[in-house]
Amino acid sequence: MDKKYGVYICTGCGIGDALDIEGLCGVPKEEGLGVKTHPFLCGKEGVELIKKDIADEGINTLVIAGCSRRVNFDVFDFEGCIVDRVNLREQVVWSHPRSKYPALTEEQKDDGEHFDSLQMLAEDYIKMGMAKVKKIDLPEPSILETISKKILVIGGGITGITAAIDAAKAGYDVAIVEKEASLGGYAAKLRSQLPVEGPFEDLIPTVIEAKIKEAESYPSIEIKTDTIVARIAGQPGEFTVTLKKPGEKTEFDVPFPLPDEMKVDEKGKELDVDQLAEVYKEFNKGKNDILTLDPNGEKFGAVVLAAGWRGDKLEGNAFAHLGFGKLPDVVTNCQFEEMASKGRITRPSDGSEAKSVVFIQSPGKGDDDSDFDYTGSITSLVSLKQAKYVREDYPDDGKAYIFYQHMRTPGLQENFYKSIQQDVGIFLTKGSVVSVSKNGDGLIVEADDTLLGEKIQVKADMVVLASGMVPATADDPVVNLAYRQGPGFRDNALFNDYADSNFICFPYETQRTGVYAAGCIRRSMTIEESMEDATGAALKAIQCLESVDRGVSVHPRSGDMTFPDFFFQRCTQCKRCTEECPFGALDDDEKGTPKPNPTRCRRCGTCMGACPERIIGFADYNIDSIGSMVKAVGIPSEDDYSEPPLRILGLVCENDAYPALDIAGMNRLTYSADVRFIPVRCLGSVNVIWIKDALSQGMDGIFLLGCKHGDDYQCHFVKGSELANIRMKKIGDALASLALEEERVAQFDIAIDEYDKIPGIIDSFVEVIEGVGPNPFKGF
Amino acid sequence: MAEDKAAPVSKSIMVVGGGISGLTTCLEAAEVGYEVFLVEKNPYLGGRVAQLNQYFPKLCPPSCGLEINFRRIKDNPKITVLTLGEVEKVDGSPGNYDVTIKLNPRYVNENCTVCGDCTDVCPVERNNAFNFDMDKTKAIYKPFEMSFPMRFVIDSSVCKGSDCGKCVEACKYNAIDLNADVKTLNLNVGAIVWATGWEPYDAAKIDNLGFGKYDNIITNMMLERLASPNGPTKGQILRPSDSKQPESVVFVQCAGSRDENHLTYCSYVCCMASLKHVTYIRERYPDAKIYIFYIDIRTPGYRYEKFYKKIKEDKNVFFIKGKVAEVNENPDSKNITVIAENAVTGEKIKQEAEMVVLATGMQPTAKNIKLPADLKYNEEGFIINDFEKGGMFATGCANKPADVVSSNQNATGMALKAIQTLVRR
Repeated sequence: MDKKYGVYICTGCGIGDALDIEGLCGVPKEEGLGVKTHPFLCGKEGVELIKKDIADEGINTLVIAGCSRRVNFDVFDFEGCIVDRVNLREQVVWSHPRSKYPALTEEQKDDGEHFDSLQMLAEDYIKMGMAKVKKIDLPEPSILETISKKILVIGGGITGITAAIDAAKAGYDVAIVEKEASLGGYAAKLRSQLPVEGPFEDLIPTVIEAKIKEAESYPSIEIKTDTIVARIAGQPGEFTVTLKKPGEKTEFDVPFPLPDEMKVDEKGKELDVDQLAEVYKEFNKGKNDILTLDPNGEKFGAVVLAAGWRGDKLEGNAFAHLGFGKLPDVVTNCQFEEMASKGRITRPSDGSEAKSVVFIQSPGKGDDDSDFDYTGSITSLVSLKQAKYVREDYPDDGKAYIFYQHMRTPGLQENFYKSIQQDVGIFLTKGSVVSVSKNGDGLIVEADDTLLGEKIQVKADMVVLASGMVPATADDPVVNLAYRQGPGFRDNALFNDYADSNFICFPYETQRTGVYAAGCIRRSMTIEESMEDATGAALKAIQCLESVDRGVSVHPRSGDMTFPDFFFQRCTQCKRCTEECPFGALDDDEKGTPKPNPTRCRRCGTCMGACPERIIGFADYNIDSIGSMVKAVGIPSEDDYSEPPLRILGLVCENDAYPALDIAGMNRLTYSADVRFIPVRCLGSVNVIWIKDALSQGMDGIFLLGCKHGDDYQCHFVKGSELANIRMKKIGDALASLALEEERVAQFDIAIDEYDKIPGIIDSFVEVIEGVGPNPFKGF
Repeated sequence: MAEDKAAPVSKSIMVVGGGISGLTTCLEAAEVGYEVFLVEKNPYLGGRVAQLNQYFPKLCPPSCGLEINFRRIKDNPKITVLTLGEVEKVDGSPGNYDVTIKLNPRYVNENCTVCGDCTDVCPVERNNAFNFDMDKTKAIYKPFEMSFPMRFVIDSSVCKGSDCGKCVEACKYNAIDLNADVKTLNLNVGAIVWATGWEPYDAAKIDNLGFGKYDNIITNMMLERLASPNGPTKGQILRPSDSKQPESVVFVQCAGSRDENHLTYCSYVCCMASLKHVTYIRERYPDAKIYIFYIDIRTPGYRYEKFYKKIKEDKNVFFIKGKVAEVNENPDSKNITVIAENAVTGEKIKQEAEMVVLATGMQPTAKNIKLPADLKYNEEGFIINDFEKGGMFATGCANKPADVVSSNQNATGMALKAIQTLVRR
């Protein structure tokens, strides 16, 4: 792009009152750049001024200094132009009042002692903006040559079928892949099911049969039963999927990454690159590498993962006190349902009538009031349903007893609870079940702390344990992605093996772009909830396809046209980018050279931060653009002032730290004027070279400010602040080797609403740096 | 009344309600590529979640997700946001709806720089509904710290108008127009998603629980505002009568929910919300004694169960299964005594505490305000979805009581349902 530069400084909102605008204008003028000011740049007149320059003089690269980039975004939006918003308002004049940073008197100017911190702050930011726009470009989207808009639905149960129908209704082609010989999953194996619409009072016949018929009526829905996914290779918009029969072994089965134990030799020493490659090949013998595409593979654009669940088998001795595994008439709710779906319920031991059935919700004793694992609110509802079965089968004298700690029937499902409770043959009580034991031909259930008295005993023909719904991902990666990072989702341990999202606000986000989970594979749910979830996942799959078609990223950087560019000539095959990418967007070849898959990418820049050779960058965000901003900061030394001010760099996450800084400014909270902020896409994108640049420049301290990490991580890109933390710890060693104090580089947590903590965090760090003294490399 | 006749738009979607559900439906549909109109009656987006301090179970700030959503709006030219908008009439059928929208005047235009000079000179105060009337703002006010759009607004019900005009004088940017008028906008859209959300159930209706009678009985939403750094007490939880830091707090679960006399259903979130409130209190008062009176603790799913387990480990939190039947106030100390029957032991319990929090439920907004469209409701005022008919759908708490995660799943799904309506035509 042939750049024509223009700098525009707004003097409204107190900027003109606080700063020496002429001095500010001197900054671009010194470099021969045109600069204009206006007292109200975001108003009609101000915008016209800019538009005129664009039209008449061909200005296409603008630095607009004034309010934060987060406001007036629609006003300062000029098509075809590069625009950088320099924040002189919230982060300069509003947070650094003249009362605290007085302007210099005439005598004080040029006396080699006094300096105007506020003016220096503003001038530096203008310099930084100018440096940045020189190094960035307008993005050109990366559009796939061929795109498939077909959606792969893994799982042909109620969830998968619903997702397929919903996608088909919106005009998309779908294939359902189901491992069993027929569609329907568990929803087809029930006697009756819970209601799917108001008033939620009665059991209803299963809805799955009608749904299957509906799916079969769509010519755009392909149904493949007796089929599973061997591997999904490629990227959203062009997945190459190999399907196979369950149990079959093929050369396109998905390879697995080496477990850690296999990456070291017998003595515990790490294997070298060639050795690792050999072990990997041996480990995945018979399977083609991930980069070998199946010529017979089918093309898909996005995936809905609806592979459902299986009943918990309650293995081990934890449930011995309930007689499970010992007494044949103690069964799980799954086993009970199976019996009920086949006919009248009878005792497994002798086939006699099961007129008195006890349902046990919670296995614990004493203080533990939780239900069985993997249950959610489902087992409360299911026990009510199955209690009704007993009454259906034995209307005269059938009795059902439900022992619970909490009846978990939230929301409108409360109606179902109330309705079933009306049945005179169903008894419910809170209680701690102590034991289930043999009692002649039958059983006896003993419980404590019930609503009916301290200790009670109930005679039972059968006992049903309310065991949970184990997601398919507990046993198997299922989605079998042919990604170098491995076939499954990496973080399911956070969710007890469910394929769920860690974001409250964004429930469909997974670490694998283009793959959306729905139904009981992500949480134990009712059929009604599963159908709703399926519709959402279908939308996300469609949205992904359409975004890929336009060459833009999906959430959270929705609409971003940039993508990481690699200068492979200098790649040293260290694989850090491949390993650290939170989304597995990179696959490396045998040599270790990463292969980018742009449509898997979320544009966070973690790869850019990881690369020690600095070969990765984005059109509008790269090593040089940020590095130049760092180098543009003026570093006064003892040559300029007897006691020069400190210079501290703050690399701040634009998602939470930057807004917090804005709000702090809006509330007129003040903090040191010696800090220079540079917003980054994610702390994970911070490359240590920027820290080294800052230090070798003579800056005295650097801090990173972003979200907290850990199990409840906030990072929109999953691992950003965690990775930054690890890298910063390593930099401590580099600092020590230069005889620089470790304290000079730090990382702080902040949440977006913690603007009141900003001054404390910044000023404390400044104090620490004051303690260790100025950077010895200053002035060199 | 000025009338604006916009050119008829086909293949567009309208979302009524700019809370987290409405925002989600709007964004998800727009990012597939559809044009969406987002109508919100408040002067800001975010609805109820903007009033929350933190979400359970991660204890993360709602403004985090809202900031990302607002950024997605900023980056998407297909979205038109109409705050201070109310739908007056809906005619038509799936694929072809004529909607009349009343646009209430903000009286503050895009020149506003949020400098605050106007608020300093405004002579009129008003009850701050955002903080459940626990404090006041001036007649010209900024909705809250991170409002989007970030602009002041005038409450015309209390503003003296041109008779006063002090704000206009003070404004350096000509941002205030006291003569701004109500406008009407007519739009033709293909599908409508109703995301009209919920109101906290009026606790004053629950006679036996003393809200409104005794000072130190507050609701769960009021506690959210007290705990919020941008709330009426800057994040301090102080009891109303004397601003004392409470050393003991009672939570009354199912206050008005699961009750034939009030809300017959379970409001879904109150158990988790109260457990979250325990963390708020514990963060500020390490030794406070907290008593939770419940019927059932509903924390379904692995993440919520983990959260509940953690709270149970707190030695100063006591769980009692028993519905609170009545409350009394000690006229001197202003402490409240709640009376309940322990359902397990059968004994009558009298627990005194310095503050009581009623975990009141959620009532759909559509229960109390008739929506001007041909919609079906259940007995409780929740909008029922008719997917066969299509065209109009309900999402979030307008459809059923739900937490944020479920609401957003549902909202994403309703975006697709709306798209299906457009594709069918």
